[in-house]
Formats: sequence, structure tokens, C-alpha cells
Amino acid sequence: MTETLAIKALCLSFGGQKVLDDVSLSVQPGERLALLGHNGAGKSTLFKTVLGFLRPCSGTVAVAGHAPGSDLAREAVNYLPEVVSFQRNLSGREVLSYFSGLRGTPKAEVSDLLARVGLLEAADRAVGAYSKGMRQRLGLAQALIGTPRLLLLDEPTSGLDPVSRHEFYEVIADAAARGSAVLLSSHGLEEVQDKTDRIAILARGRLTAEGTLAELAHKAGLPTTIRISARPGAADALHGEFGGRRINGCRLALDCAQGAKVDLLARLGRHQDKLRDIDIAPPGLTDIYRHFSRTGPTEDQT
Amino acid sequence: MSTRIGTVFGQELRQARRNLWVILATAVLGLFALALALFGAGQGSGLKVDVLTLTAVSLATLSVYLIPLIALLMSYDSISGEVERGSLALTFATPVRRWEVFVGKFLAQTVAVCVAILIAFGTVGCVIALLSETGQDGIFAWLRLMLTAGGLGAIFVGIGLMVSALTCRTARAAAAAVGVWLLLVVLYDVALLGAIMAAGEGIFATHVFPWLVIANPADAFRLYNLAMIDAAPVAGIDGLAQTLPFPPVAALAALGIWLVATIAIGSARTRRIVP
Ligand SMILES: Nc1ncnc2c1ncn2[C@@H]1O[C@H](COP(=O)(O)OP(=O)(O)O)[C@@H](O)[C@H]1O
Ligand SMILES: [Mg+2]
Repeated sequence: MTETLAIKALCLSFGGQKVLDDVSLSVQPGERLALLGHNGAGKSTLFKTVLGFLRPCSGTVAVAGHAPGSDLAREAVNYLPEVVSFQRNLSGREVLSYFSGLRGTPKAEVSDLLARVGLLEAADRAVGAYSKGMRQRLGLAQALIGTPRLLLLDEPTSGLDPVSRHEFYEVIADAAARGSAVLLSSHGLEEVQDKTDRIAILARGRLTAEGTLAELAHKAGLPTTIRISARPGAADALHGEFGGRRINGCRLALDCAQGAKVDLLARLGRHQDKLRDIDIAPPGLTDIYRHFSRTGPTEDQT
Repeated sequence: MSTRIGTVFGQELRQARRNLWVILATAVLGLFALALALFGAGQGSGLKVDVLTLTAVSLATLSVYLIPLIALLMSYDSISGEVERGSLALTFATPVRRWEVFVGKFLAQTVAVCVAILIAFGTVGCVIALLSETGQDGIFAWLRLMLTAGGLGAIFVGIGLMVSALTCRTARAAAAAVGVWLLLVVLYDVALLGAIMAAGEGIFATHVFPWLVIANPADAFRLYNLAMIDAAPVAGIDGLAQTLPFPPVAALAALGIWLVATIAIGSARTRRIVP
């Protein structure tokens, strides 16, 4: 067994409502897995199950080979919850010393961690005076105490500006390089692109996709959209010839499967006299994400 | 284990200090003790007991209201507040045991209450002893008062934490803490008085009633302190102090049972919290 986190066929309900349904995934040491999903998809619930706070109805979870919530599992895992506010009248250093004491790690590590997240200067100020970004970084420093084997980060960058976000992911990459397995949740593919090794998409409690971004793009098999603008009076003829959707009086959108792109463009070339412009849009990250998180007409898009 | 309890303890004590709870509690207890001492000094000359004993009696009666209130205020939000802020999830994710968190918080807040009692009552006691003629009985009565007041504080810290762990929501914990205070400190006595009036003299008055009195930690505390002072001028339920069917130590045992029970129930409940 090499996985740091192994989840198999996990099911969990809240009073009859299924929140996690047959979820299986694993994270290896040093690997970063992004868990994507809309609000209410079940991401936080999954984290709380891995921590042993919630009991699954069926399925198994193993943290470094141990049952969730057991002493050994809690030693192996560090956690940053979605929402946390530390006591306002404690300093950043005091907050870290507290968690360091609970984990029984050397106090000397605290200053090093504060430096790693860039809080060394603010270390002795009260947490109440920290900005949102600083509080989040303090939370991350807390999650890095004792070089955890598994790092659970629940929407760690929501509400951060792009620069802070970038720095945040650098610290996470550094933790992974030191051997931690990282499972983090997020709302968007753009955000975790190039920042994580693998991506899993959760929609209404079911895992709808899992793999690298390239694999997901391939599996989605989404069409490339070609938009053409017709010369005056030629739109109807083009519509008749190629089908597609009319955007307005003179523009047309054609969906085109991955393999048929060249062929379609060649055909379009034969109608050069009727065309004014061509615009090619390959499927974007948002499209891929929406493809996998679409679960039905009543989906929760909040 | 001990370092983890110590970590929770240290953090909690630091907060009690920063939130000015200790200072506030000390000031309130000190001022009331001083007021009662002045009152006792005013009437003490006419009675055969010294001022310190007299003040111990009236302070025992007042402490029944004040100390539970202070202890509950200090503790009711300790767990529910952390559940709401999300910081308890962080604590519970570490290798610390749930009961260690409960016990660490309990010890820290008990120490905070006891320090307040020690400074306030200790100072006032010394002042009275130095300024008036004081015998050994008076000093013992005062020491007993301070010790049992600490015990009473510990029990209500335990009750407050238990309520906090049972409700897990600050608003509900606050309501429950007020309810507990009213019930144990005010309504219980009223109900008992009503019952003894209705029952008159008989088996209930001699055999059931005394046990009902010490079943309540606040009453047990007061009864013990008054029963140990022969000359205590007492009325109402406390008249029982002179005709107890059991030794006053039984009241201390009742306090001990409360202490163990609140810690046991609170720790057990803390294990079941979903943070
Ligand atoms: N304690 C709870 N009791 C009942 N339902 C809950 C509870 N916690 C979460 N849920 C429900 O579980 C679903 C998943 O929630 P959550 O895991 O918080 O989603 P996410 O973190 O992906 O936004 C939601 O529909 C939510 O309403
Ligand atoms: Mg969530």
C-alpha cells in the first residue's frame, strides 16, 4: 500500500439525502489532487469524512493505512477548513505554538513556518488585525506543522487576490515536494490548472471525472466552435450549406468534433467569396468543467 | 498526553487573562466581600462572634449567586464558540484526544475562577483579620469559605462547559447557561421552600428534604459553610444547617459527585461533537 489517502466506494447521507455517492479516489505521497465541485457538491463533507468527523454509510477510507479519526490517522493528516477564525486576541505565533503543542512537534519549527508563509514580521501581532490573506496564510502555516503526510485544504484560496493565490500555491508545491500528499478543493479549473497534478470533479456527491487536465479534455470530447461572419446577403446560403446556429443576421456558429476540424475548414475555404471572417474557439476550461459538473436540469449553480 | 492538556490549558488561561475575565471577576468578588465586611463590622459589636465569621456567613450566602454566575459566564461559550468559529475542527484534527480538550479547558477556567476568589476573598479576609479582633474559628470559617467557593466555581465551570458541549451553538448555550443559573440558584430553593411548607413536619421534612437540599451544588455549598459555624444566624432553608441528619461533610461529597459527573458527561459529549 503506497497511497497516503485511499477512498473506496464511499457513501454518506444526511438524514436520507445522499451527499456522497460511491466516491473512490486516492492520493500518492508528493501528489497534489484538486477536488472540484459547485457549492453543495460534497467537498467539505468528503474532507470531514477523511478526518473522521463524519461516519460513512458504506465504503472505506484509509489515511496512511489507518482508519479515519484514529490516533495514527490524526497524526498523519493536517487540515485547513473552509472557514476558520482564530481567537482575535492571540498573536500568529501563539496560534501556531498551540497547534505545535497539540501535535507534539518542536517549537523551533514555528518561526520557520511563519517565514515560509511570509508572516514572520506580523508574527507577534494580534490575529484580529490580520487581513484576510494573512489569516489564510496563518491557516496554511498551521496545516504545515510537523510535515504532514496528508494535507487537506478545503477551498484554501477562495477570497484571495491573484497574487496571494499564486504565492499560496507555491507554498503548497513546496509542501508536496517535501513529500506531503495534498488534497485541495476549489471552485474552478482555471485556478488549479498547472497548480495540481490531477483533478477530480465532484457533482452532487458523485465523482464524474478524474485525471490530468489533458485527460479530462480528451475524455470530454467537446466540440470546437467555429464562428463565421458572412458577407452581406450570404448568411442564409451558408446556413443552408453548413447548418449550425444563427448568432445574428450575418453570423453563424458551427460545432465541430475534434477530428473533423480540418475537413470543415477546407469546406469553408471553398465558400471564400461568401465569408468575411472566421473565428475558431477550442473548448475552454470552463466548458470542460461544466461538461463534467452537469448532472441534470436542476443542478445547483450557486 | 500531559503536554497536550498543558497546551490547551495554557492557551485557555491566556485567553481568560486577555479577555480580562480574571480581573473583572476579582474586582466584583472583592467589592462585594468588602461591602459585606463593612456591614458585618457595623453590626458585629452587638453579637458574640467576630467580624470575620459574620462576614463569612453573609459572603457564603452571596457567593451562591455570584460565583456560579461568573463561572458560567466564563465557560458557556468556550466550546460552542469554537464550533461556530471553526477552530475546534482544527483542534480535533490534531492528535489531541477530545477529553483532553475538555479537561484542559476545565482546568484553565477553574484556575481563573480560583485565582479571582483567592485574590478577592484573600485580600478582604486579611484586611478584616488585621483590623478587627479575630479568633481561630473566624480564620477557619474564612478558609473553608475560600476553598469551597473554589469548588463551587469548578462545578459551575464544569456545568458551563457541559452546556457548551451539549448545545454547540453560542446562542443556545447562553440561553441554557442562564436557565441553569436560574434553576439551580433561584428556582430550586423556591420550590424546596414551597414543598416544605406544603408537607409540614414529617418524614419529608426530616428525611427527604435535607438530601434534596444537598443534591443542589449551590445549596450544598452554603449548607456546608453554615453548618460548620455554630453561631451562624440563619433563616429559611438554612435553618436546616443546625438540624442536619448527616455530617456536614456529606455536602462536600455531594459537591464532589457534581464535579465528577459534569466532567464525565461533558467529556463524553465532546467526543460526539461534529465540528
Ligand atoms: N450537517 C449537515 N446536515 C445536513 N446536510 C448537510 C450537512 N452538511 C452538509 N450538508 C449538505 O451536504 C451537501 C454537501 O455539502 P458540502 O460538503 O458542504 O458541499 P461543498 O463543500 O462541496 O460546498 C449540501 O447539500 C449540504 O446541504
Ligand atoms: Mg465546502
